[in-house]
Amino acid sequence: MQEIWANIIRYFDNNMDAYFAMLRQHIGISLRVLIISTIIGLSTGILCVIFKKQQKWIITLFQTLRIIPSLAILVLSIRFLGIGMGPAIAALTFLAIPPILMNTVAGLEKVSLFVLETAKGMGMTPLQVWLKVRLPLAFPMILAGIKTATVEIVASATIAALIGAGGLGQIIFQGLSTRQTELLLIGGISVAIMSLGAVLPLNLLDRFLQRYRNI
Amino acid sequence: MSKNTPVAIEYQNVHKRFGGANCNAVDGVDLSINEGEFITILGSSGSGKTTLLKMTNRLLDPDSGNIVLFGENIRDVSPVQVRRRIGYVIQQVGLMPHMTVAQNIAIVPKLLRWDKKRIDSRVNELTALVGLEPSEFLIRYPAQLSGGQQQRIGLARALAVDPKIMLLDEPFGAIDAINRLNLQDELKRIHGGLKKTFLFVTHDINEALKLGTRVIVMNEGKVCQFDTPRNIVKNPADGFVESLIHSCREQEKFWEGLI
Repeated sequence: MQEIWANIIRYFDNNMDAYFAMLRQHIGISLRVLIISTIIGLSTGILCVIFKKQQKWIITLFQTLRIIPSLAILVLSIRFLGIGMGPAIAALTFLAIPPILMNTVAGLEKVSLFVLETAKGMGMTPLQVWLKVRLPLAFPMILAGIKTATVEIVASATIAALIGAGGLGQIIFQGLSTRQTELLLIGGISVAIMSLGAVLPLNLLDRFLQRYRNI
Repeated sequence: MSKNTPVAIEYQNVHKRFGGANCNAVDGVDLSINEGEFITILGSSGSGKTTLLKMTNRLLDPDSGNIVLFGENIRDVSPVQVRRRIGYVIQQVGLMPHMTVAQNIAIVPKLLRWDKKRIDSRVNELTALVGLEPSEFLIRYPAQLSGGQQQRIGLARALAVDPKIMLLDEPFGAIDAINRLNLQDELKRIHGGLKKTFLFVTHDINEALKLGTRVIVMNEGKVCQFDTPRNIVKNPADGFVESLIHSCREQEKFWEGLI
């Protein structure tokens, strides 16, 4: 145990810069995936609610894509996108869209019809009903989807290292191949802390947005 | 009503049928309502009373016939414009759960871009008008109000921009008997003070006869009778109206039997 601790300290003494570079890469990939999948998931969710007839197969499509292991998507996308950051982002995006999409649809459909009817009856335009009533009321649920996606993205971004996208996965895979426990610990704990760190501000935002419920 | 009172709402041979239905939801309604009247529309579910109401603020459009508000055919006005001129209250109230009481009442004034000072004073005035203490209630969220208080705010919100016409769709339907009587009395008081035209849908004959200056009795999409409460009770126009009054009398006998 003492030896591992000493090794961890030694690692940081010698590799501080490399560690932070990997951390930055990891955050960079995660953030990009989160933004792209939020944009796609949210807009597809809104379209699903507007075009109800298409809703079923769109959701089925993304659900199916989600079943494919992200490692498989990662490897398959090498064929089309090559190696590096691009395919990693694409594969992780497929993984992150479904929770955001599903929660967007559920949240938008949960808004009471009477609230929507009075909004319309008071003279809001269709756009105003969406922006002032429907989206704000669905937002806590959409945010819950984004939180689920965030945790998945941060955790799965580790395997992006396999196709040369960098990130903290590099430390973990190096540790695996050289049997260096301290590297596994450094990589694993860093990813766990990052997940927590990403969800915390989202939780605070959630608490703030839902203040009308928790009284 | 005197001859000089302007006509507020005119239904001209209005028909409406919903897709898939084999009879008209509203079938040839033809009547006119004067400014300042408190009209109650009485009918059982499926009688077309709510459909008639919703056509008045263009939440629905008639298949044929015209609806004219103060001389203006609403077909020629955009739905959004029509609705902003008319107060609308429904049984489920439909307060925006993510907005405070003050924000709820301010919705339409904000849509019409009133300045903040004017909105604030109007919100205070209306909250007091519906019998709630502004300093206590304005900062609350709908979830912190009782059913009766919510409907009072619903009423205040509908009155916000001083509409000439108010549409009320069974507003007290989900409220307990005691609060209901209070709210009926207050609604009557508010109507008396404002000189607005109220159109109030209900399936409760007591409520209809108590509140209405005139009552529209509807059945199967048609108007059976449109008259003052007194005349309706005295001279029911057809079997349906008669049976309504009969059912009411039976209830009265039941009460007398208990005493």
